[in-house]
Amino acid sequence: MYSKIIGTGSYLPEKILTNHDLERMVDTSDEWIRARTGIIQRHIAAEGQMASDLALEASRKAIDAAGIQAQEIDLIVLATTTPDMIFPSTACILQHKLGISGGPAFDVQAVCSGFIYALATADMFVSSGKCRNALVVGTEVYSRILDWTDRSTCVLFGDGAGAVVLTQSNQPGILSSHLHANGSYNNVLAAPGNICGGKIQGSPFITMEGNTVFKFAVKVLEEAVFEAITANHLQASDIDWLIPHQANIRIIKSTANKVGIPMEKVVATVDQHGNTSAASVPLALDIAARDGRIKTDHYVLLEGVGGGFTWGSVLLRW
Amino acid sequence: MENTDIEQRIKKIVAEQLGVNEADVKNESSFVNDLGADSLDTVELVMALEEEFECEIPDEQAEKINTVQEAIDYVNQHTSH
Repeated sequence: MYSKIIGTGSYLPEKILTNHDLERMVDTSDEWIRARTGIIQRHIAAEGQMASDLALEASRKAIDAAGIQAQEIDLIVLATTTPDMIFPSTACILQHKLGISGGPAFDVQAVCSGFIYALATADMFVSSGKCRNALVVGTEVYSRILDWTDRSTCVLFGDGAGAVVLTQSNQPGILSSHLHANGSYNNVLAAPGNICGGKIQGSPFITMEGNTVFKFAVKVLEEAVFEAITANHLQASDIDWLIPHQANIRIIKSTANKVGIPMEKVVATVDQHGNTSAASVPLALDIAARDGRIKTDHYVLLEGVGGGFTWGSVLLRW
Repeated sequence: MENTDIEQRIKKIVAEQLGVNEADVKNESSFVNDLGADSLDTVELVMALEEEFECEIPDEQAEKINTVQEAIDYVNQHTSH
């Protein structure tokens, strides 16, 4: 038995923050941001709008697209770096907001690789027959953990959510998943703080060694493509759509160039969304599925890389 | 392998990575000041050098490679070409 995506959905908060808006907040320029990241704008959650709220909107659309009832969902795996609270999990809060209960619901924390980790995990439950219909979500409100005076990081990220419904199928569906981590890089990209005795210890804001992250991302995103296609006896030319984590257009172009996949076959949304961390891949997937780029039988390769470092891929037949 | 060959290979990589004419790539050219590279270009350039010469250039070493000649010197000293 396999698992197969039968519906996708996404949600972006209403408020848009352009590069020109940022010019008025920090010492930066539209030209600088575009040249180094490809980002033109990003969405920002409204005050009080939590990761679970974004997830709820995306999930409803995915469930509608799947043509099932929310009650048929018997597993929720939710990836986020910016949960509603310390506990309970955002997955449990989402489950309640969907008006359902009973099935397992839990969060996955793999930062920008989170959706890949969550999808690979849900695939294990569904393809093994443990669950029938899984809701897999990536949702983030990164605007809450950005230092809006740090021009090197605050221009990069945005808020959003994406979701898919994964169901049992005799045909693939998901062909393979590969997950990796190398914790020796844990300091390179981090929000190195926690709450202790009611006070913030360390920093609650994102810190990043940009050049190291860039280099590592390009290297492992290339490796992840070859790992996935080799495991499935495919060539890079067989991939109809590559959907990499949307951090930076230069990382995406460099990866595509190294693996020999033309940019015409790469879904890029980073210009409109910025880096939405765990939400970036399901957001891009939903957009390409709904605008008709992704068609039945297409080979779609999803891949992510993020803090940890974590990285991985999911290859699927649409 | 001859040093001139290393020099040619490096100049070719620099020209390709930075999108400049090979003729404009001099030994003394600074990637940032003369050839218009930004910080990410220099990271990609180091990655291309690592691939071409099958070596790993640590970040603290990579930061010291700012000109074509410094790249040539690094490759001469640290690789079997």
